[in-house]
Amino acid sequence: MKALLLAMLLVPLAGIAVLYLLPRDVAERSATRVGFYAGGAVLVLAAALACVFDYTKTGYQAGVNWNWIPALHIRFQLGVDGISLPLVLLTALLSALCFFYSIRHMPDGGSQRSYTALLLLLEIGMLGTFLAADLILFFVFFEIVLLPMWALIAYWGTDGAKAAANKFILYTLLGSAVMVVGFLVLFAYADSFDMAWLTAHARGDVPKGAALTAFALIALGFAVKTPMFPLHTWLPDAHTAAPTTGSVLLAGVLLKMGTYGFVRIAVPILPQAAPTYAPALAAFGVVGVIYGSLACLSIARKPDGDLKRLIAYSSIGHMGFVLLGIGSLTTVGMNAALFASVAHGLITGLLFFLVGGLKVRVHSAKLDDIGRALYRRAPKYGVLIAFAAMASLGLPGLAGFWGEVLALFSATRPGTGLTQGSYIAMASIAAVGLVLTATYLLAVVRRVCMGPAATPSEQPVTELTAVETATWTPLVLLTLLAGLWPALLLGITNPAVRVLMKGV
Amino acid sequence: MTISSLVQNVSYAQIAAPLIVAAGAVAVLVAEVFLPPKRKPLVSWLSLLVLAGAAAPDIALWPGRTIGTFCMPQSAAGLYSLGIGEPHGMPSTCSYVADRFTLIFQFIALAGAFIVVLMSAASMKRDRIPTGEYHFLLLSSVAGVLVLAASRDLITLTIALETVSLPAFALVGLKRWSGRSSEAALKFFLVSVASTAVMLFGISLVYGATGNVHFGPVALHLHALTGATGGTSGPIRHLAYLGAGMTLVGFGFKVSAVPFHFWTPDTYAGAPVPVAAYLSVVSKAAGFAGLILLTGTAFSPLLNKTGPLLAVLAALTMSLGNLVALRQRDAVRLLAWSTIGQAGYILVPLAAHDPTSYTKHINASVAYIIMYAAMNLGAFAVVHSVHSTSLDAYRGLAKTRPLASAALAFFLLCLAGLPPGLMGLFAKVAVFGAAAGSHLVWLAVVMAVNVVIALYYYLSWTARLFATPDAATAAVGRSPATLRFAIGLTVLAALLFSVWPQSALGAF
Repeated sequence: MKALLLAMLLVPLAGIAVLYLLPRDVAERSATRVGFYAGGAVLVLAAALACVFDYTKTGYQAGVNWNWIPALHIRFQLGVDGISLPLVLLTALLSALCFFYSIRHMPDGGSQRSYTALLLLLEIGMLGTFLAADLILFFVFFEIVLLPMWALIAYWGTDGAKAAANKFILYTLLGSAVMVVGFLVLFAYADSFDMAWLTAHARGDVPKGAALTAFALIALGFAVKTPMFPLHTWLPDAHTAAPTTGSVLLAGVLLKMGTYGFVRIAVPILPQAAPTYAPALAAFGVVGVIYGSLACLSIARKPDGDLKRLIAYSSIGHMGFVLLGIGSLTTVGMNAALFASVAHGLITGLLFFLVGGLKVRVHSAKLDDIGRALYRRAPKYGVLIAFAAMASLGLPGLAGFWGEVLALFSATRPGTGLTQGSYIAMASIAAVGLVLTATYLLAVVRRVCMGPAATPSEQPVTELTAVETATWTPLVLLTLLAGLWPALLLGITNPAVRVLMKGV
Repeated sequence: MTISSLVQNVSYAQIAAPLIVAAGAVAVLVAEVFLPPKRKPLVSWLSLLVLAGAAAPDIALWPGRTIGTFCMPQSAAGLYSLGIGEPHGMPSTCSYVADRFTLIFQFIALAGAFIVVLMSAASMKRDRIPTGEYHFLLLSSVAGVLVLAASRDLITLTIALETVSLPAFALVGLKRWSGRSSEAALKFFLVSVASTAVMLFGISLVYGATGNVHFGPVALHLHALTGATGGTSGPIRHLAYLGAGMTLVGFGFKVSAVPFHFWTPDTYAGAPVPVAAYLSVVSKAAGFAGLILLTGTAFSPLLNKTGPLLAVLAALTMSLGNLVALRQRDAVRLLAWSTIGQAGYILVPLAAHDPTSYTKHINASVAYIIMYAAMNLGAFAVVHSVHSTSLDAYRGLAKTRPLASAALAFFLLCLAGLPPGLMGLFAKVAVFGAAAGSHLVWLAVVMAVNVVIALYYYLSWTARLFATPDAATAAVGRSPATLRFAIGLTVLAALLFSVWPQSALGAF
């Protein structure tokens, strides 16, 4: 099992090495295939990990633990438990799908070799973030994703890509730089970076004042990444500009690094500070729900509304529910946050793929350019869009439903030390957001899929291609599976969450 | 008192490194005169040999026990080591100590100068720089750095600092045909002389207040002056504060801490690029060595006074350096302002005011300097290989010079502290740790904001490398072998420190 974890990080690295050891022209020609083999191998490894994972145990499994930098007390420590396993699987799946999709749909912008190498580097960072069991190692992986994502947006993006890429990296670096200061404040008292040890012992070692400082700094880093309402402004620009695969991974995985951080690090390691900030997290989350939906409504009404931008804003709303769940400081809330994260990864990944496909067809993601009556022009494509929209608005029976409903439910019974009244008020406001979400997504479906027969001026839209069908089918199936059988996912996360929340 | 107690024992093993370099400097100057014009490039090789040779005695000393030489007779026992809060036992009165700290800085100086010589080897002729003088001045300055790191009394420290600086003025002005070069040298000279004057005055005040020049006894007296029992000696105490402050100001100029920084950009831009690299790495490391020695030993009883002062200085230095760097359009000027920003980071651990953990915090500064030396020299080496210093000349360089561009991108990311530049990331984590460990969270947050500001200009430079080339792109061919070797060595060092950061972080 140890070997599995290491291999998951080393296979993409080997892929990068192969790309740069091959002669340039050979590498350029075979880059996407090398990427697919590496990404596919990681997916197989992740599946193998899920098979050998012991679901009855609660702590970290398969611990790799090497003394890396004794001078700074940093250890190369990896592990996997019920909280990280679903996110690792999600990352491996979305990455593999992105590599597969890229074989046929390389975005314009430059060398295929660099593009593939950047995606592989991104995958290392994403997987490592979820596997790291040492705070500084976590921070290193957290940072590794920045450069490849920046480059993907800046060089393979469209519409003001440079500015959007810079905004993305500067915002998130500010968050993570502040976050690492928080880790070091924690270290100054607890004298360890070991996440499991800190979860068990930090409460006693860190005085309240220092814990409040550390939590604020750490939470700021995760809040930028999630993103939480007033810190979200980098997200719409980055999504609008990013190439399809960049958007898919940005929404599908990178945002989850923020929520994962809250669930894994901020709340369980600093439980004495969490109740002070939790109401603020929940409140900003609720504001995000309302704000994101209103922004989406306004985009859906505009003639030149950009569909990618709309999905980006909808992500802010969905992440608002996640924050509400985390802010409740309950086991249910944390489970809800993890479930909603995975569901959002599947559904929004699918949505960005779909919009990316439209962008390939009509060379724009603007609602007016896409036109109407997709049901007639490309029926299967239209139905798929409607399906993804239904999943995103939280239709019962699909993945989007459970996370958000559980988050609302957890807010009605918040953890000890939190006022129930205000949480119920927040939950009711968030419930309004649920309605607004349905409103704008239905508006989009009506505008894009339905309507009168296509006017001659509208460009024809080709049906789903084989590659697209193959890429998107797993996402559709998993959305159905998670919606119909939520206990499967909750059964994995719940035992681990219980252990983490013991001290809260 | 017997005669033998007045005779100082000189341990030649310890002073071998500066001796070799100083003798080498003279040898190089003489050799150049006797070499036929076609053989002049041999002088560079001789310099390299001298620098490598000087490292040998230091390597031999590395595993050994700390000893001192040029000791005053009364100090039979009890070496005064860095970071002691409560002076105890008999403080050392050795003027020259080759301990771990000294050796690290001597290695930085020798390795740094080695790279600088490699960088300049092929460009001496192009820049019309007189070979013999150049190497003589460079080696003399290096000898000063070697002594400075080992000096343990105020007078040796001052003389060593002057030995570092005086040849440096001439080095900056070596492009005699260039008006900018002369202006840069003059500016550097005037600022340096003024700062030395301030420092000397400060030292005289410290001497007046404590009656000693050796770091150990100075610390002992300062402790007595400022401790709970020193209530009666009010005016003398203030004299000591003032003296210590003025002495530190002298080193503030050397490391270009704001507000003593303003000579830096003009001097770097006017000097030959290898000399700018030398100033930004070796000479700056010397300044930090002096600063660390003073705050950590001689003035250690004043940590609660110097700490807050250095904290403010660090915050100002990094903020101004990084903000002004944002607006630069010239590679060397950008690097000059960036080194000011980096100096601010290095100052952060020195601002710790807890004597018991000071050594631990200093470790962060020392490690940062080691890593900074590798990445900054590397960046300067690539800049030197691109014959234009305009940032627009770097547009699309990746197309024509993929390896050099990859190296520069790596160095810039190291300076920014963003993976894959792991070395810079760990250096910053160490500094953050020192700040958080000494309850300077505000300073750590200021630094975090600065890291973000700095990322912008490092990243936009990196982005230029991979953009589409245009008319402004520098048309550069293959660099000379020596320069490529210099870049290769710095890349290797940067990779080593990135994969195995312990080698730098655990050195001290």
